[in-house]
Amino acid sequence: MPFNEPNPAEVRIISQRFSLENSASIDTYLANEGYAAFRKALEMGPEAIIEELKASSLRGRGGAGFPTGLKWSFVPRTSPKPKYIMVNADESEPGTCKDRLLMQFDPHQLLEGMLIGGVAVDSHQGYIYIRGEYRYLIPIVDKAIEEAYAKGFLGDNLLGTKFSFHVRTHTGAGAYECGEESALLESFEGKRGIPRIRPPFPAVSGAYQSPTLLNNVETFSSVPAILRMGGANYAGLGTPKNGGTRMLCLSGHVNKPGVYEVPLGFPMMRVIEELGGGMRNGKKLKAVIPGGSSCPMLKAEECDIPMDYDSLAKAKSMLGSGGMVVLDEDTDMVRVALRIMRFYQHESCGWCIPCREGTTWLKKILTRFVDGMGNENDIVMIGDLSKNMLGRTFCPLGDAAAMPTIAIIEKFRNEFEEYLANGPRAAVPQFAMAH
Amino acid sequence: MNLSPQLEQKFQQLIGNYPEGRQRSAMIPMLIYAQDEIGSVTPELMEEVAKRVGVTPLQVEEVMSYYSMLHRKPMGKFHVQVCTNISCMLVGGAELWDQACHKLGIGHKQVSEDGQISLEEVECMGACSWAPAVQVNYDFYHFVTPEKLDQLIDSLRKNAV
Repeated sequence: MPFNEPNPAEVRIISQRFSLENSASIDTYLANEGYAAFRKALEMGPEAIIEELKASSLRGRGGAGFPTGLKWSFVPRTSPKPKYIMVNADESEPGTCKDRLLMQFDPHQLLEGMLIGGVAVDSHQGYIYIRGEYRYLIPIVDKAIEEAYAKGFLGDNLLGTKFSFHVRTHTGAGAYECGEESALLESFEGKRGIPRIRPPFPAVSGAYQSPTLLNNVETFSSVPAILRMGGANYAGLGTPKNGGTRMLCLSGHVNKPGVYEVPLGFPMMRVIEELGGGMRNGKKLKAVIPGGSSCPMLKAEECDIPMDYDSLAKAKSMLGSGGMVVLDEDTDMVRVALRIMRFYQHESCGWCIPCREGTTWLKKILTRFVDGMGNENDIVMIGDLSKNMLGRTFCPLGDAAAMPTIAIIEKFRNEFEEYLANGPRAAVPQFAMAH
Repeated sequence: MNLSPQLEQKFQQLIGNYPEGRQRSAMIPMLIYAQDEIGSVTPELMEEVAKRVGVTPLQVEEVMSYYSMLHRKPMGKFHVQVCTNISCMLVGGAELWDQACHKLGIGHKQVSEDGQISLEEVECMGACSWAPAVQVNYDFYHFVTPEKLDQLIDSLRKNAV
């Protein structure tokens, strides 16, 4: 795997081509089962594709984990309006860096997933919304699009059928909120990235008020393999209702951080020990953020858990976007709480009050705590404010800020109390968090 | 407003990417590509983009003010972005930020006196598994150490003329 060494414990389905020479080129893709699933999809037709996806128990890889087959079935494919395929490549949940690799090292796999989506919902136009910070990916993906046009996998009347499909890349300009599907659509239309009230969901009324099939990069990238191996076989890689494999972005205090593809249900402790090569500097594990910074962290003793949507939900956390952050015994949890809140405060779009005001006040209180001016009542207030924000916002950003904060306050209250008594355990950098 | 031939071509291509009547979608890509060339989002640029996508300059202004990568004032030739979000912070990102501030003598969103190097503390940019990370313009630097950051800034200074 580029950027970090592959690990024998991985099951590489969607990252199988990453280590090949010129893995992004169409020649490499075609020599390695490329576009075979699209041919199959054209023969299968929409119903059979969606049934296959349902059988695969593929769930959205962007964060919410919604069953993909079901989502695809919601798009009214007989609607007279144009239908759009939209790829969410606005990867920006802290801890997450997998979609970047999927676009850089296997863009044709993504295009093929979009094509299959096009067949399934009778769409002829797809867009890939790439976050502005990933500018270097645009020429790479554009080149793949050009190659696909040249070889007859994009364009009109593809492979001798009446099916036509076109793809364009689209760039964002720096806004976490645009990873939320309805805000992404607003941004795509050339507006501020504020969420829309739902229903109607994008499947019915998305881009330009037209039915829109919107999924994460990894979700679309998983579709070709599902059609090739069959939904049931793909499902069998994971655990019941949690089909297949997913990309885990391992970061934090481990020896070998990296992006690794593992079957759903892979034990969290094996991720740390085998993939991550154990804790850095022989330190003890304190906590794990399982799927991006919005996911409530698990204490070390809760980490004996399979990494799948349902197991983590049972533990009151989430698999989220696969951004697994490992924290060692020396980690200052109050600073972690502040850093997480500072992010959500910065990224709150300001559209709805509980999130805009909630994140701002929580950041202020946490800042004063870290500055050594907190008090006992602040600890209660941090928990109360977070709980009041939870479930009371237009989009999940408010929840994303509240959930990890509630968990930190509940699980590491003692550290907040120690802060009051002794101040920070180690020097806090001077300028970071100064604004 | 006079655009370079490259930018003119880019604008026309962007406009053509979207269905007829939906040209407003090209606004954000146009602003960011133009900013890369011009250095900032100027009032003239906003007017030009408004004209081309068929909205008022105010509607462009409203969008422009939302996105963190769009700037009204020019940043340096080299825009150094240090991530201090969670994954980077855990492995020294905040210390790197301090180091960059001290070494360059400037702070968040400030530009060096010669206008060549600017600094920004950024949120997660998707390099968590190879943290701590720094971006200069659009180029990523992974596993940055204090020594590497020192060398990076020195080499930018040499190229800055």
